[in-house]
Amino acid sequence: MEFKFTDENIKRIEKSIAKYPDKKAAVMDTLYIGQEQNGWVSGEVMQEVARTLEMPPEEVLGIVTFYTMYHQKPMGKYHIQVCTNVSCMLRGGYDIYEKVKKKLGIENMQVTGDNLFSLEEVECMGSCGTAPMIAVNEDYFENLDLVKAEQIIESLKNKN
Amino acid sequence: MERIVLPDIKDLHLIDVYLQNEGYSAAKKAFSQAPDAIIDQVKKSGLRGRGGAAFSAGLKWSFMPKTSDKPKYLCINGDESEPGSFKDRQIFESNPHQLIEGILIACYAIGSKSAYLYIRGEYSKWIKLMEKALADAYEKGFVGEAMKEQFNTDFFCNIYIHKGAGAYICGEESSLMNSLEGKRGYPRVKPPFPAQNGLWGCPTTINNVETIANVPPIINKGWEWFSKIGEPKHPGTLLYGISGHVNKPGIYELPSGTLLKDLIYNYAGGVPGNKKILCVIPGGSSMPPLRGDQIEGVKMDAESLKAFGTAIGTGGVMVMDEDTDLVRVLARIAKFYHHESCGQCTPCREGTGWMLKILNRMVKGEGTTHDLDLLISVANNIEGNTICALGEAAAWPVKFMIKRFRDYFEKRVTSEVDMPIPNKVHSLRNTNIPLADQKIS
Repeated sequence: MEFKFTDENIKRIEKSIAKYPDKKAAVMDTLYIGQEQNGWVSGEVMQEVARTLEMPPEEVLGIVTFYTMYHQKPMGKYHIQVCTNVSCMLRGGYDIYEKVKKKLGIENMQVTGDNLFSLEEVECMGSCGTAPMIAVNEDYFENLDLVKAEQIIESLKNKN
Repeated sequence: MERIVLPDIKDLHLIDVYLQNEGYSAAKKAFSQAPDAIIDQVKKSGLRGRGGAAFSAGLKWSFMPKTSDKPKYLCINGDESEPGSFKDRQIFESNPHQLIEGILIACYAIGSKSAYLYIRGEYSKWIKLMEKALADAYEKGFVGEAMKEQFNTDFFCNIYIHKGAGAYICGEESSLMNSLEGKRGYPRVKPPFPAQNGLWGCPTTINNVETIANVPPIINKGWEWFSKIGEPKHPGTLLYGISGHVNKPGIYELPSGTLLKDLIYNYAGGVPGNKKILCVIPGGSSMPPLRGDQIEGVKMDAESLKAFGTAIGTGGVMVMDEDTDLVRVLARIAKFYHHESCGQCTPCREGTGWMLKILNRMVKGEGTTHDLDLLISVANNIEGNTICALGEAAAWPVKFMIKRFRDYFEKRVTSEVDMPIPNKVHSLRNTNIPLADQKIS
């Protein structure tokens, strides 16, 4: 499926390009914008990013695969990220991860049948002092316990 | 104790409140002096980098060429991905303008017109807060061309925020530069050092967020004042981030050289259930851990921790109580470094995976005593054999955890050993019975 940036997004990309002496440096921002518009970074998105920034598509692919925050497949509407690194682990991060896994019925990097949720076990998110935590898309939920974690999932479900 | 980086002032993140509290006066003061004089003051203050290596900030600035036909750049490292570190987000949230003011002064000192603030992608919320603060500073004429009028000077600089996308390695300075340039975040071989050949081949200085946030008070109150805070060899306050098994985890801004025990028991409220401490990692997960009985008298600053066989790192203290499963903790740390290894250097790419495999079988109770030595051997072969310090970061926790908790780890391996077949054959070589007569089931 063909992918084209919206006019508004082209303006955002131009703004990003203006930050750097070299167009290519805007690739991370541009990929974010593409991911936002398309929902995930498809081959077409990468092609379009490469065309916009005048760089080889292979190089764009290299960047997409290097960074964990670009998704090469569609994720759920709510991308649930559970930190299980040491500080969270010491305060029950794994219990929360298992709980969420069970509740959603999916494994790491899988999406629920209704495309509402996806799950990712993530590395340290910088919430060590407020551990354990879950991030839903870009929002952090901190100082959790099993009950609160379940409530977050429930309330997201009820929203839809 | 006076807090320097995170003062106890309500709504300090708002530019108006910041201005009421001597905000941007340090920049004004700095611009009336020669750039070299600023570098000299920062050097004399003894300010050391807060990102892990604790290198003298003033000295780093002085490496920048005085004249250059290329543009010069300043990078501020806010990638903050070391497990156990969560200090920079506090600065973005509570005192963003002091960071911006620090960036202005640093740019002036090294002669840079562009500064890039690299913030990890996961910190969306904090990036937005920083963007808001920066927009306010631009609007009031403290950043950009309007500075000239505002500060009555010829100097001006622009600040740009760059959003990362989830890679621990980008906190390494050369990797950060590659990432900023729009490449895979591979660390670069040094030399050439960034001061000669950094961003886009131009002279570049990279400083940690907390380091830069310390600059305005140094200019305002003088280097002598700063150099008298805390330990003389590593002066100033540090943002200690304490996490894990403590009653009150969080960020505590205290003078360098604060006793580790004080930090845990007085500030962080001790260990829940009054349990004993089994292990403390004093500076983020890559630093060598200390045994619970080793923390008596340990001071939290670069030199003192070095003497105790560990390092200050980012000041992220992780506390583990006596019921912690250290084998699982170490396996988790190994998993992290295996995941984050960029894959450029073979020892790190392969070695981190081997260590993880060995530790995972130990978690399952299938480890052997031999595995402990094997882990140390793998760690030793990673350390020092890689382009960047991720090699050390992966090797140290494994090596030092096993060395310092040998008894603990031996208990977890010896009793449950079931030798795999090849080892059985090997062990039979030492018996008197000919191998052919042995039945290997």
